[in-house]
Amino acid sequence: MNSGIPLQYFLILATLMFFAGVYGFLTRRNLITILMSVELILNSVNINFLAFNRYLYPHKLEGMFFSIFVIAVAASEAAVAIAIIINIYRRFTTINVEDVNEMKF
Amino acid sequence: MINFSYTIWILLLPFLMFLLLGLAGHRLKPKLSGLIGTGGLGIITLLSYITAYKYFFTSEKVDEAYQKITALNFTWLQFTDKLHIDMGILLDPISVMMIIVVTTVSFMVHIYSLGYMKGEKGFERFFAFLSLFSFSMLGLVLATNIFQMYIFWELVGVSSFLLIGFYYEKPSAVRASKKAFIVTRFADLGFLIGILILSFNTKTFDFITLTNPTGSAITQGGGIAFLGLSVMTWSMIFVFMGGVGKSAMFPFHIWLPDAMEGPTPVSALIHAATMVVAGVYLVARMFPIYAISAPVALHIVAYVGAFSSLFAAIIACTQTDIKRVLAYSTMSQIGYMMLALGVSGYGGHEGLGYMASMFHLFAHAMFKALLFLGAGAIIHAVHSNDMTDMGGLRKYLPITHITFLIACLTIAGIPPLSGFFSKDEILAAAFNSNKVLFAVEYAVAGLTAFYMFRLYFNIFWGKETHYHHEPHEAPFTMTIPLIILAFGSVVTGFIPFNKLVTSDGKMFESEIELAVAIPSVLIGLLGIGIAYIMYRKESTISDRLVARFKYGYKWAYNKFYIDELYLFVTKKIIFRYISEPVAWFDRHVVDATMNSIANVTQNVSFRIRGFQSGQLQKYAFVFISGAIMLAILFIYLWK
Amino acid sequence: MASNQIMFVLFALMIVVFSVLTVTSRKILRAAVYLLFVLVSTSGLYFMLNYQFLAAVQLTLYAGGIVVLIIFSILLTSHISQKFEAPGWKKTVFSALAAVAGAILSIITILDYSFSANMKAVQEVNMKLIGKSLLSVDYDGYVLPFEVISILLLAAMVAAIVVAKKGSPNKPGISTLNQE
Repeated sequence: MNSGIPLQYFLILATLMFFAGVYGFLTRRNLITILMSVELILNSVNINFLAFNRYLYPHKLEGMFFSIFVIAVAASEAAVAIAIIINIYRRFTTINVEDVNEMKF
Repeated sequence: MINFSYTIWILLLPFLMFLLLGLAGHRLKPKLSGLIGTGGLGIITLLSYITAYKYFFTSEKVDEAYQKITALNFTWLQFTDKLHIDMGILLDPISVMMIIVVTTVSFMVHIYSLGYMKGEKGFERFFAFLSLFSFSMLGLVLATNIFQMYIFWELVGVSSFLLIGFYYEKPSAVRASKKAFIVTRFADLGFLIGILILSFNTKTFDFITLTNPTGSAITQGGGIAFLGLSVMTWSMIFVFMGGVGKSAMFPFHIWLPDAMEGPTPVSALIHAATMVVAGVYLVARMFPIYAISAPVALHIVAYVGAFSSLFAAIIACTQTDIKRVLAYSTMSQIGYMMLALGVSGYGGHEGLGYMASMFHLFAHAMFKALLFLGAGAIIHAVHSNDMTDMGGLRKYLPITHITFLIACLTIAGIPPLSGFFSKDEILAAAFNSNKVLFAVEYAVAGLTAFYMFRLYFNIFWGKETHYHHEPHEAPFTMTIPLIILAFGSVVTGFIPFNKLVTSDGKMFESEIELAVAIPSVLIGLLGIGIAYIMYRKESTISDRLVARFKYGYKWAYNKFYIDELYLFVTKKIIFRYISEPVAWFDRHVVDATMNSIANVTQNVSFRIRGFQSGQLQKYAFVFISGAIMLAILFIYLWK
Repeated sequence: MASNQIMFVLFALMIVVFSVLTVTSRKILRAAVYLLFVLVSTSGLYFMLNYQFLAAVQLTLYAGGIVVLIIFSILLTSHISQKFEAPGWKKTVFSALAAVAGAILSIITILDYSFSANMKAVQEVNMKLIGKSLLSVDYDGYVLPFEVISILLLAAMVAAIVVAKKGSPNKPGISTLNQE
């Protein structure tokens, strides 16, 4: 089924998604948009794992299981991150990342 | 060989007293601390008399000469194989004589202070400092090598500083103590240079090696010449500079009159009997080098001594503060001792001056301490230092009167008191070597008698002064030392110094030369007579003389303006042209460099602070960029 | 062109376009929706790769759970049609540079490397196999990560509740702990 699509295409796709996420992480000001960029990064990693699994190790399942665990961890991490963001909102009344800078010199 | 190692206690005991009284004195009752200090001194006085007896009468003599015995010695600092600084105790005729002098006078002063300083605020501190001084002075005289002597020399200076400035709330006392310390420290610079030159050339510090007449130090010493004088001469001149400072010879004498700001027992102990003779002791200690290798230095010693004694005697004739008169008298008498050393030769009868100097030192300690303690009793009774406030005191202070009179007769050289014998020997030695100096000293003998009796008559006779409250005789603790010292002044004249303390340790025969003795007694009587006429009753002779010799009187009264001259030189010349530029350099160049280093650090840190900005995205940016750069580095560039 | 190639191109385009839009959109709710599209396209990609279970999990968890969570929190913390100011130009330029540099580096590395396809037998993935592997203690069993993930989820639940709790006046929540 994947005979026509070389592995590299999947990888390049994942790379572009990854660096889009990185750009978003570095640029965005709202904490929630930063969280969204982190989700993009995690997803790109998932695509990578599955592509490698299907092309290089089709007799094994490790890539898939790793992706399952990544999804699980990402979900729990997003939950905790939202909780923290809500807390920050309560404390500072803003969720602009540049205003949350008390851990400094 | 007799075991003299117990002499360590002569040094240790006062030091322990100092520590005890200094650290815990204020917790003890004053009387107890005074008794502890005095008791310690009593013990070491006894020990020194025992040592003297054992040394002079039971130790073995080699070639009929007293040996220098090293009782203890241990190496303290080792510089090279041969050069090392030791600490130890050296016993030879002059050091044993000195420990008797120091301990006896110190013991008398301790007893006296129990009464004189009673009720004073710093009573325990006083006794602690007295013990410190005793320790330092004993260490100085018992030193085995010149460096140890230097260490204790400085310690003595410190004790003097502490004791002169004892009343530290009085600005004049503080000034006086600073002056004493600075002047003597400046002179000690010369001493140190002398030590360095000497040890560099002779490769040793040790006295026994240095002063051995047949040893290498002396026989090879006259080698290298610099500006016409040998190295040994230069070193001895510099060493003598230290002695000039400590013994208050001209031109470093300016501190001694001001040192009278200290309590009177201090003046008696330090500035009359013991510390000021340290310079004389130094020259006596190094005497073989002076006599054999550095005769030029010895001439300088003689002239400085003679000039100082004349200088001081003239000034003493005009002073009205009784302690200052006694201070100048001390300077004059030490001039005698220096002169005696200066005209002396080495060995046998040649060494008459040496013996005379040591004899006079011994006797002078007794009667000068007596004079000062008596002055203290007078001040204690009258509450004033100035002799113009006094008169007719003989009715009120009988014991003080008699002892003071004995001391004055001693210093004037009236037989059979000790002053006559010692002064006579000095005059004989001077007569045999240098007639000019003899003439100077002869005149000074007359002046001495005059000003001492001027003092005596003004205090005890003279005008009948009405006192605010009746002066009372001093308490028991103050009169006992006076009596003991008066007894000493009478008796010490008969000690046969020519058998005990001589330049080479061997005894020689000496008798009284009537050609010198009779004129000296006559001029003494003349001085007493003139003072009697002028001061016994109230008279105007002195005022008329002052009016006749206005300028001479003014110059003598103001101590020949030496103080003003020194102050001018230091303030206008040294401070302005040397100190101020150096201070400017220090502030603006050295400090500025340090400050700029600190400023640079501060600025850099201020800039770098931004790395911890607290901004999440900055951290993430650095993280990503770093990861990318590392990836490039390791994948593509690392071959 | 084979059908799977067309599908791949379609999905890839959607992913790339929407992810870029997510990170550059000025309105936050639009960014959330774009994220949703990205996740759904990714799920399609998983279907293509024959990982049906994972694709279903992706849809359920990500698209159904996380995006909803994000939208809730957006509603809680900001006005829904609030428009962002663009970040400063320095930040954009440097971040873009870093991202582009990283992308180029990775793509060059990928293209340089020659991947050799493995011709072994393809393992069919079905639910029975997944279930057995998750609980097996054999060599390729995943029971340990399974248990660890369970604990992690428990901890995350507890943490989220504690952190976000508002608390009553007598029992303050975490946010007010260090206020004084």
